[in-house]
Order: sequence, then structure tokens, then C-alpha cells
Amino acid sequence: MTATPHLNTEHPKHNLTGFIIFLCSESVIFLAFFSGFALLKTAALNWLPPGVEGLEWRTPLLNTVVLISSSGTIWLAERCMSKGNLMGFRAFWLLTMALGAYFLYGQAVEWSGLQFGFTSGVFGGTFYLLTGFHGLHVATGVFLMGLMLVKSFIPQNYAGGEQGVQATSLFWHFVDVIWIILFVLLYVWQRS
Amino acid sequence: MTSATFPPSPPENTSWSRYFGFNTDAKVIGIQYIVTAFFFFLIGGLLAMIIRGELITPPADLVDRTVYNGIYTMHGTIMLFLFIFPVLNGLNNLLIPTMIGAPDMAFPRLNAVAFWLVPIFGALLIGSFFVPGGPAYSGWWSYPPVSTQNPLGHFINGQGLWITAVALSGVSSIMGAINFVTTILRMRSPGMGFFMMPVYCWTALAAQSLQLIGLPALTGGAVMLLMDLSFGTSFYQPEGGGDPVLYQHFFWFYSHPAVYVIILPVFGIFSELFPVYSRKPLFGYVYVCLASFIIVALGLVVWVHHMFPSGVAQWMRNFFMFSTMLIAVPTGVKVFAWLGTIWRGKLRLTTPMLFCLGGLFNFVFAGITGIMLATVPVDIHVSNTYFVVGHFHYVIYGAAVMGIFAAIYHWFPKFIGRMPYEGLGKLHFLLTFIGANLNFLPMHPLGLMGMPRRVSSYDPEFAFWNVLASLGAFLLGVSIIPFLLNMVSAWVRGPKAPHNPWNAIGLEWLLPSPPPEDNFGEHVPTVISRPYGYGTGAPLVEHQAEIEKQLTLQEASA
Ligand code: HEM
Repeated sequence: MTATPHLNTEHPKHNLTGFIIFLCSESVIFLAFFSGFALLKTAALNWLPPGVEGLEWRTPLLNTVVLISSSGTIWLAERCMSKGNLMGFRAFWLLTMALGAYFLYGQAVEWSGLQFGFTSGVFGGTFYLLTGFHGLHVATGVFLMGLMLVKSFIPQNYAGGEQGVQATSLFWHFVDVIWIILFVLLYVWQRS
Repeated sequence: MTSATFPPSPPENTSWSRYFGFNTDAKVIGIQYIVTAFFFFLIGGLLAMIIRGELITPPADLVDRTVYNGIYTMHGTIMLFLFIFPVLNGLNNLLIPTMIGAPDMAFPRLNAVAFWLVPIFGALLIGSFFVPGGPAYSGWWSYPPVSTQNPLGHFINGQGLWITAVALSGVSSIMGAINFVTTILRMRSPGMGFFMMPVYCWTALAAQSLQLIGLPALTGGAVMLLMDLSFGTSFYQPEGGGDPVLYQHFFWFYSHPAVYVIILPVFGIFSELFPVYSRKPLFGYVYVCLASFIIVALGLVVWVHHMFPSGVAQWMRNFFMFSTMLIAVPTGVKVFAWLGTIWRGKLRLTTPMLFCLGGLFNFVFAGITGIMLATVPVDIHVSNTYFVVGHFHYVIYGAAVMGIFAAIYHWFPKFIGRMPYEGLGKLHFLLTFIGANLNFLPMHPLGLMGMPRRVSSYDPEFAFWNVLASLGAFLLGVSIIPFLLNMVSAWVRGPKAPHNPWNAIGLEWLLPSPPPEDNFGEHVPTVISRPYGYGTGAPLVEHQAEIEKQLTLQEASA
């Protein structure tokens, strides 16, 4: 491999463009899962497996609040960075990571207390598929944030506004919006 | 910008070894894609020969019935996911950067990763021939409940490998699509607005947008299928409250647009080549470009026409019948644009032009049977018969594969730097054109007579047309020989190609043949007109004459 100067080093915006295109595409998977869920649910005769009353909504509601506020903290982190306040950026960034981790913890607690499994009919299947796939995205988001946090200690790396930070924060808002739809579908719309 | 340092010198590193490693140059990746794709084309073609060999006589005498199921499933899957998509991605890699004057793709490393996934999932798919129980046998669309059976109970089974391979193919194609779209949107040369772009880039942009919208749905659906097959969920199992038709929606939401992913770039190839070999500007450039995106929009809302017999609501049937017929309009616009281009042109019947004309002929024929199929009553009558097999092979082999051959002959001199042989090329065309029509035309009467697809034995009353079809298939098999001979011998010792052997207009023809690794490098010319100024003498870029003169000088001194 020879080190040819590629145009994309001259146009640093390519990465962000590519990432936005990726997110648009990624949202179609969720769209597919959501519409599949809605179709199966409206067509079901017995949606809930025997012995299951419905979903408990308090833990998830707390999780929702946590995730939405983390969208706020990541925004603050970005603002700190654009003002050149690297310490503030790291503080809010870390706080966002902590909120994300707490969300995952809450999800795990909820899962461990449930009466049904992945194979308990379509109800169990769709529930674990949706929450699991979303949880995977939350975990990815936390991992990406960790990566960016480490990078922020490399001198000069954050001089001109790092795109990685922008992309990660975009991703985080995306995960947040998906969760809100998911919450409405799974926990608010309980009656079939 | 000066053009004094232009043109860049031809590439230095031309060793063979770079084709076998992780290389980030789009031109290397393009050739890797195309060669890999043709390797799988031979395997898929061999399977097709076995199918037609079985069908030359009415009884099932050549292969076992269950083996036959595996063979047509793998034939369809290999041809689509390991031949057609990779070969088109290969063309995209070669053509998009050079046509828009970019040094490379936007994300060269992602590009290489996307390519290397192809041999990996190819190996998975071919490997499924050797697992207990054999390869997947539920047809290339793998509908449940057939595809969620696992009679032998092995965790690694043909169907599981099939789903994994298709999901990986989706990942690879999405990576590719992100790259192509970003490159086209952000890396065009100075002066090249959207309505100055070559039509091929328009069609590639349209096709890749479809990949981005459709593929995730298929991948999601495939993940759920794998869960059902291997982990005991019941998304598609009525016993657990699931719905097998849901899978069909996921599958066709992607797989119908997939046919436009295949045919749109071929429209692009036609639109590039007809003007070159008719010496006339492309007729109706703006309409041809816009029609691509109308096809994208409509292509996303026609998928249920594959499910007319699957128990969908009547309003859906009506709606999707209408939308399917509507799509004939933008397609017709293109056909008339090409006819308008050829009309009264000074036709040069070179190999690429012959493939284009043959492809256009077959495409028009397939369009007529397509409209027949769009009509619900006809579709329900001939669904699952050979009529459908005939229809889509006319599109895929008759139009798309012929268009791809045209593109290969047309751009071979540019990217390999040597001229393919015309005689062998014309022989290849003749065998392909006769073979394809002899193979696929008889499938239409067979279907109307009621011969079902996916069977290895049939009533003797169908024998006549089947013998014809099989002879055509063997002719197609033979047609590959002059092609391979031509490619290999031209690559090794063909006459050196000048920078513009066909007198074509386009940025890629202002590069040496083969182009240097970073194409124009820093000295991207400024585009001042559309690349279709045939017969008008309008220059494509600033300092055109100077650039041409230097390229010719460079060639003379080489
Ligand atoms: C060498 C030329 C070819 C011949 C002779 C051929 C022949 C056939 C035949 C006879 C079938 C029907 C099998 C059955 O229903 O029992 C078939 C199915 C199919 N072919 Fe081809 N084919 C050729 C090339 C291609 C190409 C180039 C593609 C795509 C790029 C393709 C894609 C398919 C697909 C998707 C199916 C459907 C498989 C299924 O039913 O699941 N074929 N082919």
C-alpha cells in the first residue's frame, strides 16, 4: 500500500457525511422491527403468553428519563468543546457515559426480573429483540464515547473540532429517539 | 490551476501481487470485485448447466430431487449475491472515481473491507455444500416455514449458513453504498454540478440509495429468520403467534428494489455507450437522470406484486398493481431516449455496441412480459411457473448481464491498458444473444402451458420446449469460452490501448490507460460541459486540447 494523499484528508467533512448516511440506513432496520412488531401485535389473538400480566413500566420509565437527560448532557459536552473548554467537555462527556451505563444496568435489572424468555412466543421474541438490539446500540455508544474520551488526552487532537465527537453525539441522539419510540410501543401501548 | 503538469505519468506499481492483498486503491478493488464475481459466475453457471441437464428429459434422472432443490437455490443465490452485486460494485469502483475526477473513494479502507467480505461469505455459501444435510434448499427467497426446518438438527446447517452469508452480503453492500454515495455527493471535480454528471453516476447514486433503504430491512428480516431457525423463537411461526407472510414483506421490500439496483447501473451503461457508438449526444439527458430517481421512488412501493398469491388484502393487490404499471413510464422514457440517440446516428457496430443493442432488445421484450405479470389475474395464473423464470432471466441475463459485458469491453482498454480482440468479442456476442433467446424464450410458452418452476421432473407434453431451452443453455455455457479467452489473452499480450480508443467523451478518457493510482491527483480539470457533446465539438473541460496533446505525446514516447 502506498500512502497516496487522499482527497478526504482535505475535505474532513466526508466522515460525517458517511456517518449520517449510515444512520439513515440503520434507522430502516429499526423501522422494520417496529413495523413487524406492530403487525404481529395487531394480528395476535393472545398477545401475552400465559401467566404474564403485562410489562412493568416503572424501571423503564426511570431509564427513559436517564437516557433523555443524557442527550442533554452530551449536548452540553459538545458546547464546552466548541468553546475550547476541554475540562468541561470531559466532565459532561463522562457524565453522559455514566448515564448510558446506568441505562444498561437498568435494562439488565429489568430483564432478570421477567417471567418470560426469548422463546415465549412472539411477545417474548419481539420484546427481547427490540430491547436487546437497542441495548446493543447503547453499549456501542458508551464504547464510542470512551474512545473519544481517551482520544481527547492526545495533545492537539481536539484543536479544530473533532468529527468523532460530533458523530458520537449524533449517534447518541439517534439511540435516544429510537428508545422513545420503543418505549411508547412496548410499554405505553400495552393493550392490543 | 495549470495543466502543465498534466497528465500524470502512468502507474509505476503494476505488479500482479497487489490484486491478492488488502489494497485500498479503488481501481485495484474494482478489478478484484470483477474477477471474484466471474469466478462465482462460473460456479453459478455450472449449477445452471446441471439444472438444464436435468430438465432436458422429463423424468428426474440426473440428480436426486432433494439435491435439485439445493442446486436451484444455490444457483439463484450465487448469481445474485456473489455475481451480479459484486460485479456491479466492481464497475462502480472503477468508474465512479474516474468519471467524477476523484483520486479515490471517500473511504478507501472501508472499501477494501467491503470487498474482502465477499470471498468470506462466498466461502460460507459454497461451504454449505459440504455440511451434513447439504446446502439450503428453500429457494433463493427462503420463505418460512420451509426455511425454518432443520430436520437433521445440526446447529451448523445449510440454511443457517445461507442466512449468515446473505446477512454478511448485506453488510458488505451497505459499506459499499455509503462509500459510493459519499463519493458522488462530495468528491466531484470542479464545475461538475449534478446536471453535468455522467448518467452512469446518476444511476449508481440512485441504485446505491436503494441499497441503503432496502438492505437493512432484509438484514433485519434475515436475523429474525436465523433466530427462528437456530434459537427457537417464533417470529414467523404461527404456533407461537408469528406470521410467515411478515418475512415475505421484509424480503421483498428489499429484493424488489434489488432488481432496480441491478438494472439502473445497466441503464447507466446504455446511456453512456449509445452516444459513443452513435456519435450523437444523449437524447433527453435531464429526463434520463430524473427518471432514475422516479424509478427509485416507485421501486420502493411495488414489493407486494411478488406476493399477489400470498393472501394479501385486495386493496393491496390493486394498489401494487397500479404502482407496478406506473414504473413502466420512467423506464419507457429511458428506452425512448436511447432510441432517440441511436436514431439516424452513425452507428459503429463494435463489440460493446452490439452487446448494448442486444441488451436493449431483450430488455424491451422483458418489459412486455413484465407488464403482463403486473396484472393481478395474469400473475396469479402464471405465478410459480416457468413464465416468471423466463421473464426475469430476460431482464437479468438478456439485459443486465449483456450490459455488463458491454461495459467490460468498453472500459477494459482504460483500466487494463490493452485492447480486447474484436473477433472473439463478436463471437461472444453472437453466442450470448442466440443462446439467451433460445434458452429463455421457450420458458414463456412452458409457463403459459402450466409447467411449474422448481421441479426436476415434468409431464412429457412439455418436452419440446424444454429441449430447446436446454440447448440454448448449453450454448450460453459455451459462450463464456471466447469471453474468458479474450480477457486473459488481451490482458497478457493485447495491443497497447491509447488513452481514448473509442473517441469517447468523459473525464476517464482524459487519463492515461491505465490511469495512475490517484487518477488526476492534484490536477483535476474543470468541467465545462456534459460528457455527451458528440458531433458538436464542445470541449468537456478547460484546456482540453492541451491535455489531449500531452496524452498523445506521452503515448508516442512510451
Ligand atoms: C447460464 C445461464 C443461466 C441459465 C441456463 C439459468 C437457468 C435457470 C433455470 C432453469 C432456473 C429455474 C430453476 C427451477 O425453477 O427449477 C433458474 C433459476 C434462477 N436463476 Fe438462472 N440461469 C442462468 C443465469 C442466471 C443469472 C445470470 C442469474 C442472476 C444474476 C440467475 C438467477 C436465477 C434466480 C434468482 C433463479 C431462481 C432460483 C429459485 O427458484 O430460487 N440465473 N435459472
